[in-house]
Amino acid sequence: MEKIIAVKGLKKSFGRLEVLKDVSCDFASGGVVSILGPNASGKTTLIKSILGMVIPDGGEILFQGRSILNTFDYKRNIGYMPQIGHYPDNMKIGQLFKMVMDIRQQDAVDKELLKAYQLESMYQKTMRTLSGGTLQKVSAALAFMFNPDVLILDEPSAGLDPLAAEALKEKILEEKSKGKLILVTSHILSEADEISDHILYLFEGQIKFYKTLTDLKLETGEQKLSKALTQILSSPSC
Amino acid sequence: MLKIAKYIILDIVRSKVLLAYTLLLLAISLTIFLSDADVTKGLVSITTVILIIVPLVSIVYATTYYFNAAEFTEMLVSQPISRRNILLGKFIGISSSILLAFFIGVCIPVCLFAFSATGITLMISGCLLTLSFISLAFLTSTITRDKAKGIGLALMLWFYFSIIFDGLVLMFLTLFADYPLEKAMIVLTALNPIDLARILILLQLDISALMGYTGALYQEFFGSGIGIVFSLLMQMIWIIVPLFFALKIFKKKDL
Repeated sequence: MEKIIAVKGLKKSFGRLEVLKDVSCDFASGGVVSILGPNASGKTTLIKSILGMVIPDGGEILFQGRSILNTFDYKRNIGYMPQIGHYPDNMKIGQLFKMVMDIRQQDAVDKELLKAYQLESMYQKTMRTLSGGTLQKVSAALAFMFNPDVLILDEPSAGLDPLAAEALKEKILEEKSKGKLILVTSHILSEADEISDHILYLFEGQIKFYKTLTDLKLETGEQKLSKALTQILSSPSC
Repeated sequence: MLKIAKYIILDIVRSKVLLAYTLLLLAISLTIFLSDADVTKGLVSITTVILIIVPLVSIVYATTYYFNAAEFTEMLVSQPISRRNILLGKFIGISSSILLAFFIGVCIPVCLFAFSATGITLMISGCLLTLSFISLAFLTSTITRDKAKGIGLALMLWFYFSIIFDGLVLMFLTLFADYPLEKAMIVLTALNPIDLARILILLQLDISALMGYTGALYQEFFGSGIGIVFSLLMQMIWIIVPLFFALKIFKKKDL
């Protein structure tokens, strides 16, 4: 499989706190990678570095073989869903979509989530009046809208109702079958269990392991990701 | 860049704070013009009020808007657009909205009641003052990470430029009273955008005789063509320099 994102020796600290300590990993297209780890283990910082929101202190990130430092064109191939979506108060949903289309100079190709979440009927609503869950739906629809090669989802199902979360999960699996790379951070292990191909476990800014889900289960002899994780993390060799 | 500006304007124009600011300016100008038959006096009163309110609202509103849109900025950074265009787009968007309020609230009444050289100077200085304080707001917003600190810093800057600075100048004058300070005073004036605006407007009013010897000197310098160009240039510098540094910081900032 073709490597689409390569992270090499990534280092980042905020003040005295080292958030990422020499992280190196590759992501290939056509799979779902779940980035797991306790709070403050550097998951979001890793994602934000790939998106160019956080500027690393050391190391480099290659997107399709090219360094992303000081460039922005590669983001045309990325759809990003933030942990908390927050948009200008008086902006309408329709306006937001139009603005992003304007910026990317791409048309809304994929409207499946828009339809699934019935957002089109709410185009005239302003952002201030929306609930947290609806904002998440807007963010999700926006991430998938331009049919990007890479999807980066930061805690996608937090705040979504069960039906919406299910629709999102199906969408993720569908996009994976089209050969896309999907990076997901999550705390919900049962969900990661259902969708992931690879598990990347971060702990205190370092990669503890990066394995396929099947390998992980085989090694531990467990059927469930949550149990496999507990077993690996509690064994002293690690 | 202009695309972002367009959507920010669409957002701000519908905000109640901007509407309130427009109405406040409009109320001040109309009351002053309608209650006083002497247009020149009216202009002086408006100048006094505007030199306090315009910088305050510009710097506080721009800082608040910047911090409230922090997550939105993050989302913009995840899109294929350079950071430079994001920040400049925001600057154009925010400043055109606040300028629109100033235009409706001050420029239109001045044009109707007191269209003169002084009136035009008042309008231009007001616009430049708005821009320079929004530029300063961008600098405070990019320097700080925290909303409370950012707004605090913005307020301190306003306090410094409108009150403390004059106190420092007075102290400087008393301490060095034995020396010829005329040239130094002109340099000192250039260090404060509010003073630049004030002197430009007042000198158009022929009341500089009331300001004593320094007033005469000001008249000689700022009243001349070179002086006017100099003060306009200085006001432009007050717009460009803070924005330039804000841009430099924003390019390297972690979001």
